[in-house]
Amino acid sequence: MSARRVGREALKGFITGLMEDGRTVWGPQEFQGSVRFRPLKKNGTPVLDVPNATLSPKEVVFPPSEWMFLFSTDPGREDAFVLKEVPQEGPEQVILGIRPCDARAFQILDRVFLEQGAHEDPYYRSKRDRTLLIGLGCNTPCSTCFCHWTGGGPFHTEGLDVLMTDLGDVYLLEPVTERGRALLDALQLDEAGADEVERGKHIAEEARASMGEAKDPRRIKEKDLMALFGSPFWERAHEACVKCGVCTYLCPTCSCFDIQDEVRGACGFRGRNWDTCMFALTTLHASGHNPRPTGKERFRQRFMHKLKYFQDDFGDVMCVGCGRCVQYCPANIDIREIIEALSA
Amino acid sequence: MRTSQQRGEGAVKNPYLPYPVRIDQVIVETDDRNIKSFRLVFLSREDEEAFQYTPGQFAELSIAGKGEIPIGIASSPTERGHLLFTVNKAGVVTTALHNMNEGELMGVRGPLGRGFPLDAFQGKNVVIIGGGFAFTTLRSTVQYMLDHRDRFGEITVIYGARRPGLLLYKETLEEWASRDDIDTHYTVDVEAEGWSGRVGFVPAVTEEVAPNPNNAYAIVCGPPIMIKFTMPVLTKLGFTPGQIIMSLENRMKCGIGICGKCNTGPKYVCKDGPVFTLEELNRIPAEY
Repeated sequence: MSARRVGREALKGFITGLMEDGRTVWGPQEFQGSVRFRPLKKNGTPVLDVPNATLSPKEVVFPPSEWMFLFSTDPGREDAFVLKEVPQEGPEQVILGIRPCDARAFQILDRVFLEQGAHEDPYYRSKRDRTLLIGLGCNTPCSTCFCHWTGGGPFHTEGLDVLMTDLGDVYLLEPVTERGRALLDALQLDEAGADEVERGKHIAEEARASMGEAKDPRRIKEKDLMALFGSPFWERAHEACVKCGVCTYLCPTCSCFDIQDEVRGACGFRGRNWDTCMFALTTLHASGHNPRPTGKERFRQRFMHKLKYFQDDFGDVMCVGCGRCVQYCPANIDIREIIEALSA
Repeated sequence: MRTSQQRGEGAVKNPYLPYPVRIDQVIVETDDRNIKSFRLVFLSREDEEAFQYTPGQFAELSIAGKGEIPIGIASSPTERGHLLFTVNKAGVVTTALHNMNEGELMGVRGPLGRGFPLDAFQGKNVVIIGGGFAFTTLRSTVQYMLDHRDRFGEITVIYGARRPGLLLYKETLEEWASRDDIDTHYTVDVEAEGWSGRVGFVPAVTEEVAPNPNNAYAIVCGPPIMIKFTMPVLTKLGFTPGQIIMSLENRMKCGIGICGKCNTGPKYVCKDGPVFTLEELNRIPAEY
């Protein structure tokens, strides 16, 4: 099937079409001073003209906090303190305007939540299965972008169901998966002209060419694990880091979580929250012993996990080059420099 | 991405959902009363059948409103009808558990992790070296081997604590000592009134007892200081890293290799362990 087109002025109608059949459509929106993916309201418009959202739409499938179980704490009830699963059913959802880097991050999250464990994660699974990704290619990658180092690119389609290209007056929509194709078919959009497809290709090539030379973190896979771990490089590298954890909070592939119970009146909850390897508490034993006692070990863990351990386990780095950690680090720590140092 | 349909399974049980159990018995194990054993009974026969474990595995003990705590299973799969967990009072969940009484309900989620390589032990001599309250899954292992005695060669148990009052499972230890198909050496750090057993540290006892490394495995579980001084003794006796087996502890939450807390190099202590050979541990960072 050929590509489809949506005029810029017709975007609202396109989104309304997506919302039919009760679909939730997530799109980037201004939210408390940042740009985050939120469910769009009827007739709402996403903010598609920013380079990338402050937070990736990771939270659509892995929310910062989510209840897993509920229970009553009323001792008079027969089911007091008996955990009940929070229902996971929900409508099909579309993430509109996800960038190709963040879409590749979903594939990394798939590995963590669906392959890495002894069991699949049911909370992730249910949300992931009913989520479609309509990605927006990046016409002008930022200076902090390095998706091309990690196996991606500004118009890579890996992980997407539909790729959208901003042609200025028109959005070009190209199906990537069968699900994406079926979605576009159902919406009965106009077919794109051959010249528009050609323009899209040209924009993609220009975007890629603007990104400069790529370094290859896959060289780290060949390095000896224990030698990298014991490298004197870490002694100095961590010193600027204040262990604020913003890198892990913004990272589209960071997936560590904590599980906590909470009681409010007669209602009890067991839920999970995003966690971070930057905090001492994450690994602190009840005995007081901490396997990663200082900032050096915690800093090393973040980069060794992303660039070495995950690569050893799955063949790819646990980084998609979105550049958020580079952009928002208060201490100017740049993962690209770490990649270069570890590959050297 | 795989889909649920492709896995060919029906309704998959939520791996985070604990089985409901009843506290059948609480045993105060140590004279400082800081360690108690909890004998748990499944409310449902079906759950009990589903909970098929091997010695060395652990489970998350769940107390709704407080949280979960990963604890090694101290009972042996051969001891039907109940599970035994021995818990040191240390944090929020273990303190809440210590305050619970017989008859109360709680949850157990598991079994989790990789247990001791009992298949590899077949026909081999096995030396079990434990210290302090790290004897829980060792109890399970020894009991299991005794209940399948003909499958294994010589069984030697070396178990030490600072003082007699800190040795766990005293009745079980006595029973083992009375048998002639197992060699037991219980020791305490210093002389104590009423103690007629050995006096001395575990590494020294190990050296004195000198188990033969030929056709043998050694399991070592105990406080870091005991492990530190026992390793050179085993090496001197001729045990190779592949013959030395340990069980790790790390802070854990999910217990199934997803939440990332117990990540150590490319391994997850909860799902790849907690049991590792020293040979395996030598290849990953010692972040445990």
